[in-house]
Amino acid sequence: MTTPPWGAMARLAGRRALFAGPVLLAVTFGVFAIAAASPFDPVKAYAGTAALGADQETLDRLRANLGVDEPFWVRWWDWLTAALGGDLGHSSVLRQPVTQVIGERLVWSALLCAVAFAVAVLLGTVLGVLAARRPGSLPDRAVTSLAYLLEAAPVFWIALLAVWLFALQWDLLPAGGLTDTASEHVTFGQVTSHLLLPAGVLAVSQLPWFTLYVRQGVADALAEDPVRGARARGLAEHTVLLGHALRSGLLPVLTLIGSRVPELITGALLVETVFSWPGIAAATVEAATAVDFPLLAALTTLATAAVLLGNLLADLLYGLFDPRVKLSDM
Amino acid sequence: MTCDAPAPAAPPSPAGPVWRSYGGKRRTTRTLRVRVSAALLAATVLAVLLVPPLVQLDQQAVDLAAKLQAPSWEHPFGTDDVGRDLLLRCVYGLRVSLLVGVAAALTATVIGTAVGAAAGALGGWADRGIMRIVDTVSSVPHLLLGIFIVAMFRPGVWPVVVSVALTHWLSTARIVRAEVLSLRSRPYIDAAVSGGASRWRVTVRHLLPGVMPQAALAAVLMVPHAMWHESALSFLGLGLPTHTASLGTLIQGARGSLLAGQWWPTLFPGLLIILPTLAIAGLAGAWRERINPRRRSELML
Repeated sequence: MTTPPWGAMARLAGRRALFAGPVLLAVTFGVFAIAAASPFDPVKAYAGTAALGADQETLDRLRANLGVDEPFWVRWWDWLTAALGGDLGHSSVLRQPVTQVIGERLVWSALLCAVAFAVAVLLGTVLGVLAARRPGSLPDRAVTSLAYLLEAAPVFWIALLAVWLFALQWDLLPAGGLTDTASEHVTFGQVTSHLLLPAGVLAVSQLPWFTLYVRQGVADALAEDPVRGARARGLAEHTVLLGHALRSGLLPVLTLIGSRVPELITGALLVETVFSWPGIAAATVEAATAVDFPLLAALTTLATAAVLLGNLLADLLYGLFDPRVKLSDM
Repeated sequence: MTCDAPAPAAPPSPAGPVWRSYGGKRRTTRTLRVRVSAALLAATVLAVLLVPPLVQLDQQAVDLAAKLQAPSWEHPFGTDDVGRDLLLRCVYGLRVSLLVGVAAALTATVIGTAVGAAAGALGGWADRGIMRIVDTVSSVPHLLLGIFIVAMFRPGVWPVVVSVALTHWLSTARIVRAEVLSLRSRPYIDAAVSGGASRWRVTVRHLLPGVMPQAALAAVLMVPHAMWHESALSFLGLGLPTHTASLGTLIQGARGSLLAGQWWPTLFPGLLIILPTLAIAGLAGAWRERINPRRRSELML
């Protein structure tokens, strides 16, 4: 392979950044607009149960202090300028600044998602090749039926059954959390043993898409001329399969990597809740249950940014590995 | 292939030419798949429609003497932590989930078709603008947007339907727009335009009927998605109120007994999400092969 076209890649990333700015602006604006249209009252949310006993004057003063009476686009603009300065507001449910909540939890979510994604891609490739080798054979049928079954199963249901099987019946792995309740420090061994189950479940929930894509791609590639040529030259079967069919069959999977990021975030949301993993997605659910608007707005924006980044990554990978695609055309 | 094609004839007799047909066997497995899917779906719909009027369920009835019994002949799915029969609760839950799913899928399809057809028929700047909006909305993860909407408006049946509908119209809009664009270059549209038909008439009388099969297919495939979405929201405690039996609230309510070792209150509601999903996917796959015979079709969820 020749040297990667750094210049073209940078230009593509720059163009995407130009597109991402307006998208993020529009999303945050939409978030504020929905909040303004909803019956949600920031004053009551801010004061909590104290609002029940407070007199009207106090509530009015609070209302003026919070700037709730201004139209929502003014509040949106204030929030935006503060956010660009690094201040995302204060989370009322976790009693911390929002930036601190995100900073503390982002690492653990990223770890969980990265491990799960890597496992899903690798295992999906292996299973897909296994299934595509002989279409209609027993392994093929077993793998595809399992994939469809997993595709239809809700991830939180799989997670609960996994907890029941591995943590309660066999007592192999801990049922949740980041470390044991007794331990004070976060050690590598503890995190690994606590990570296995959530990451495994998340990987299993993403697995079917990768498996089916690889299977389709490799099966299509096996019917094409380059593979026939390789066979005619008398290459060994595994060279044909892995060196020729898999190489071109993996190309559609690269686009899948980008388009699966929203689903990965969705899955992480549910998995982290089941396993009480101290990640960012679990904080989202807490924020939503307690209607913690500053935290919810920040997390929605963050998730959108992650999705846009995933799309960019997929396009870069595609341009890097498929010589027919020109990065400047995307 | 046709949905209700009779099973093909037996393999040719040995006296005939030695052509061996692999097509026959393949057709049977496909027919089998369609028939099993249709039977499962029919059973689901019948159960959901017939059981509630026949067996009245008191949602609040408690029978502590019979709590957490394992599946048996008397209670095929076992009983939950306050002694209610899980089979009945699951059927009721499936009814609620299916209802929410169908309502949300219909709403999403109407929005998606309208937006997609408008984009495709207007073209130009309007098309580009609308598709930019679609791109923007689709870059927010669906469940997160749904959670946000439900959190801002109080949890309940209608916020859930609205949130699912608002997050799922995007794919339909894209499909419909692509279809409208391909139909617009057909001669019969040119004929209608040169016959003096207005843009509105061309869209409503000539373009929309052409995209209906695709839009309907998208709607059918969206029902499992909407059910899944509803159960996820309910599971997070942000969907239907906990005393209403929906598949998500059932799984959520079973978490306590699961940690005590009882698996049946968790297992069966989940299975009832999987079964209709696979049945609908199987039927929709056959349907798509009928609309689009050239494209080799996979099951798609």
